[in-house]
Amino acid sequence: MTGRAWFPVLLGVCLAVALTFLTLPVVAIFVDSSPGELISSLGEEGALDALWLSLRCTAASIAIILLVGTPAAYLLATRSFRGKALVVTLIELPLVLPPAVAGIALLAAVGPEGILGGAIDAAGIQLSFATAGVVVALTFVSSPFYVRQAMAAFAAVDRSLLDASRTLGASEARGFLRVMIPVAVPGLAAGTALALGRALGEFGATLMFAGSFQGITQTVPLAIYDRFSTDFDAALALSAVLVAVSAAILLAVKLVRGGEALGVAPR
Amino acid sequence: MLRVEARHQLGDLVLDVELVVEHGSCLALAGPSGAGKTSLLRIAAGLLRPEQGHVAANGETWLDTHRGIDVPAEQRRCGYVFQHYALFPHLTAWQNVAYALHGLPRSERRARAGELLERFGLAARADARPHTLSGGERQRVAVARALARSPEVLLLDEPLSALDARTRAAAARELGEVLRESAAPTLLVTHDFAEAAQLGDRVGIIDQGRVVQEGTPTELAAAPRSAFVADFTGAVVLTGLARPGPAGVTYVDLDGGGNVTSTDAAHGIVAVSVYPWEIVIEPAGEEAHGSADNRLPVEVLSVTTVGSRVRVGLGGVQPLVAEVTRASAERLRLEPGVRVIATWKAAATRLVGL
Repeated sequence: MTGRAWFPVLLGVCLAVALTFLTLPVVAIFVDSSPGELISSLGEEGALDALWLSLRCTAASIAIILLVGTPAAYLLATRSFRGKALVVTLIELPLVLPPAVAGIALLAAVGPEGILGGAIDAAGIQLSFATAGVVVALTFVSSPFYVRQAMAAFAAVDRSLLDASRTLGASEARGFLRVMIPVAVPGLAAGTALALGRALGEFGATLMFAGSFQGITQTVPLAIYDRFSTDFDAALALSAVLVAVSAAILLAVKLVRGGEALGVAPR
Repeated sequence: MLRVEARHQLGDLVLDVELVVEHGSCLALAGPSGAGKTSLLRIAAGLLRPEQGHVAANGETWLDTHRGIDVPAEQRRCGYVFQHYALFPHLTAWQNVAYALHGLPRSERRARAGELLERFGLAARADARPHTLSGGERQRVAVARALARSPEVLLLDEPLSALDARTRAAAARELGEVLRESAAPTLLVTHDFAEAAQLGDRVGIIDQGRVVQEGTPTELAAAPRSAFVADFTGAVVLTGLARPGPAGVTYVDLDGGGNVTSTDAAHGIVAVSVYPWEIVIEPAGEEAHGSADNRLPVEVLSVTTVGSRVRVGLGGVQPLVAEVTRASAERLRLEPGVRVIATWKAAATRLVGL
């Protein structure tokens, strides 16, 4: 080997190791479960319930995150004020919380014995051990992923576009809806995908805060854990489904980003 | 009429400006980057609130920090052309223009935007997105968009600086026509004195946050009040019609009479530029000697001392400015009314097609 060639070879070897390590377990899921087994395990009632619940809760949670997180991220990206760094840090905090801690924290805050438990109970809302609780847990752990990414996306938009919008007679709200959001769409989509992936895979906080009741709070990750000790094949089949859904999301984001150059037009 | 008075701290710089732009007139502010030009436009548009200031357009007060009046930017009718045009990248050319027309029905917006684009020769590019437009086309869309709301005031930030040299001359001519047609008082900022002279009815030189001198381009070049203005105003510009001459030189028949020779190649309508320090003043009536090809009989209009130099404003068929030493000015007894001959070399004569 000549003196110059060793470095590219090292790079290649590292990539091969990383690729093998990261893809082998995922490939193994599909190798271990035959298509027939996969379909028959999905036929089981509990599996379909879990899948349907996961999709519903994730959709609800993403809707809340987009509706509240987008304006909040825009505010943080376009204004400076005292204590902004602190606000951003607080918003990002759930990113580094262990899921079990997130679950305990939610119980302490909005659980039956939590500091807001009485008020929530009085309002006639049941969160803990209810489907609504799953949505709360998913939103808590995944919204920072979206808000962070959305902030970066808004901050990257040329500020003179917003100025131009104002000098053309548009209110800030109109500039936000008609200029900032469309221009930031690729970044917002990437943030949505990150939050979606995190929400679909959420396990610890949901288990601690909402429990694992089939059809009510048992999402796919909880159902996989539930079957893991008793029916490994069923766990494997559900895992395969989750991998497929997550991969589809990742691919969709890449496609949106690829479409960035074409421009994204609202009529 | 547009009045802008503002005092505002910008980092190390204190912006302290008071200016008036008459109805139908264009004031071009020229100055180096960092002089506070863009901030001044932003204050006029309501995008930046100065510590102290007063802005009024056509009798309507837009900003009065003493009385607590601050009309938001979206309610000031300002047509603003941004330095890099700030076209919305996700909208087509016509949608960019129509953005200014919200409130009208969609079909009417489309029609109005189409009319404006047609006026700027962009009818065929109406459905193109900004990134597929050329620099010159983008600039025209930006101007069309700024005019769409029939603004009371027009503000232009370096409208030509994003263009390459070849597009710039044509764009400057077109923009000049648009500005002459527009009745709205116009404030334009640029780092290029020649551009300011070409587009502004009056030119202000801005340095370190202050307008150090204001006047017609010729007044500024001929009688600069400071060395900074003298240096910044740079070359004298004449206009004429170029035709090829013998041995590779170009003859230019100046508008109004007379002609000059240049070593630059050009044809058609051109701007002839020469630096004041290249111009040699000779007493009238002397025979041509030496190597200067260009000789124009002129009359001294003004004599202004700037440090060790003397700026001499010269009136002929077109105004000229020469710069000589104080000793030469005394020896030649230069004073207003004296007739002299301005001479300079063909090789010091630059031609730019218009």
